[in-house]
Amino acid sequence: MELTEKKALQAFAIRIRMALVEAIHSIGSGHVGGALSIADVLAVLYGREMNVRPEDPQWPDRDYLVVSKGHAGPAVYGTLALKGYFPYEELKTLNQGGTRLPSHCDRNKTPGIDVTTGSLGQGTSQAAGLALGNRLKGRKNRVFLIVGDGELDEGQCWEAFAFAAAHKLSNLAVLIDWNKKQLDGRVDEVLPLGNIAAKMEAFGFDAVQVDGGDVEAIAAALERTRQGGDKPYAIVLDAVKGHGIAEAENTEMNHSMPINDERYARWMGELQADLAALEG
Amino acid sequence: MKIAYTGEMDQRPCKEVLGATIEKIVTEDENAIYLDADLMSCAGTLKWGKQNPDRAIDCGIAESNMAGVAAGLAVAGYRPIIHSFGPFASRRCYDQIFLSGGYGKNDITVIGTDPGVTAAMNGGTHMPFEDVALYSVLPGSTVIDVSDPTCLVSVLKQCVYRPGVKYIRVGRKQMARVYEDGTELPIGKAVTLREGTDAVVFAAGIMLHEAMQAALSLEKQGVSVAVVDCFTIKPLDTEAVLAWAKKTGAVVVAENANRHGGLYTAVLEALAEGCPVPAACVAVEDEFGEVGTQGYLQKRFGLTAAHIEAQVKAVVARKRAK
Ligand SMILES: Cc1ncc(C[n+]2csc(CCOP(=O)(O)OP(=O)(O)O)c2C)c(N)n1
Repeated sequence: MELTEKKALQAFAIRIRMALVEAIHSIGSGHVGGALSIADVLAVLYGREMNVRPEDPQWPDRDYLVVSKGHAGPAVYGTLALKGYFPYEELKTLNQGGTRLPSHCDRNKTPGIDVTTGSLGQGTSQAAGLALGNRLKGRKNRVFLIVGDGELDEGQCWEAFAFAAAHKLSNLAVLIDWNKKQLDGRVDEVLPLGNIAAKMEAFGFDAVQVDGGDVEAIAAALERTRQGGDKPYAIVLDAVKGHGIAEAENTEMNHSMPINDERYARWMGELQADLAALEG
Repeated sequence: MKIAYTGEMDQRPCKEVLGATIEKIVTEDENAIYLDADLMSCAGTLKWGKQNPDRAIDCGIAESNMAGVAAGLAVAGYRPIIHSFGPFASRRCYDQIFLSGGYGKNDITVIGTDPGVTAAMNGGTHMPFEDVALYSVLPGSTVIDVSDPTCLVSVLKQCVYRPGVKYIRVGRKQMARVYEDGTELPIGKAVTLREGTDAVVFAAGIMLHEAMQAALSLEKQGVSVAVVDCFTIKPLDTEAVLAWAKKTGAVVVAENANRHGGLYTAVLEALAEGCPVPAACVAVEDEFGEVGTQGYLQKRFGLTAAHIEAQVKAVVARKRAK
């Protein structure tokens, strides 16, 4: 990857973080940790990999994104706003009565959101159905599915994975946000998952594991999923909950965090500095 | 029975009371056991739970498995209490609760937090208006919409020792104080909070406070309204419902749930069979939930004192027109 492209993707990821901090600050608190941890993969998806038309969100041949960990909505909304799906200012309506940006992803409310999620596990089966439907319709597009590691506790995920493999859905790429934490604490303490990539492999996936904070590595892994074949793809993102903002990373219980004015100013300052360092 | 309603909030957030009560029950009875699905932080049990992993079992985000495991624990001689948010403690694990629990005669106490509009910022996906209906059609079940923290303590203790599947819906924030601390509220017995002659409001959960406010306002306008706490939605206190219906001749039901299949339906069944009088409801009009503050959502879905007032006036007019 060219250095300029790498820097552009990194800058996009920082801007996604700023956008989600903007949104969550406007309402005072929210799912900070799990939103921050997927900023890098969202940057690569929308900055490089996905074929979409922000001016025509319902274009049937687009690539689809299913964010099954629907509580990461603010990260997705930030990405969509930056891509021009709706005005950036609208991020400040997060969770307000009558908003188009509810805490959990809702396809009937937000331009650019393809599937309604929020009850963990349910995005996985919908993504499998969407991939199957696209293939039956003869479309050449792909479906990307972001799943939380805690979310993998839900048996439904594994039902969907078995289905995807049985139907050879190579137009489906499952991106697992392995950030090692869920709501009550560490995944290894609540319900250990073992080797996720090996499990996906055993379920019939083409599985790899990459550094979830490295846009270049994510891009390479996503590029691999373009080649078709007879297996669905899994990419385990070795990630950090709260990634990209030191205080969020270092807070043990960082699933939901308040963002008051003081914290907002501090975090935005840090992200601005990161951006300046990158863009010079 | 000591009623302490003044319109003020009970200082204890329900989450704290819930956590402390679960801990107490499980600590005092070696056969009681508590299970959660990655929401101990939200039930106020995380600290104690982590220290007592044999008594407080975090099942991870797997509600249907948790319900089945609870049924198995019941076979082994335990009295399980399970918790998740309302939608996941009802819809998400319903068949396991229904068959492995109810049909298999394995007694389980289910706690569903953030009922109806109290799910507020979590939005439509997390906002159960249907949990009451689902649990109401489970044979032999008990369905409770908690009126205040004191009610929570009392019903939770009773539920653990009551046969069948028991469903308790309760918010995590503060609620208006209704009862004096330590009051015991026998399951199945409605409580009259206020006497009245023109109409009666049967209310549950957060709607109790709205009903009391409506009654106070109506009193100033010369309308005398009784308010009855129907925290036990099933089995409904039919005797109390019919007695108040006879006395007032006009009924309003106020609930933080879908108008179909909940308290309104239960009251209408009782009235149709025992005392058909004009009735109306203040409930969600067959809609899905959405995101917003609880205050916004109460207005959006028509769950305020003002809506109760309007419905009381309407039923009283219908009674007089008869
Ligand atoms: C079916 C269901 N059960 C419980 C919840 C409540 N909940 C929301 S997020 C969360 C933890 C999610 O953990 P993980 O999937 O690892 O996401 P991340 O840590 O990346 O935010 C829980 C339990 C839910 N949304 N859906």
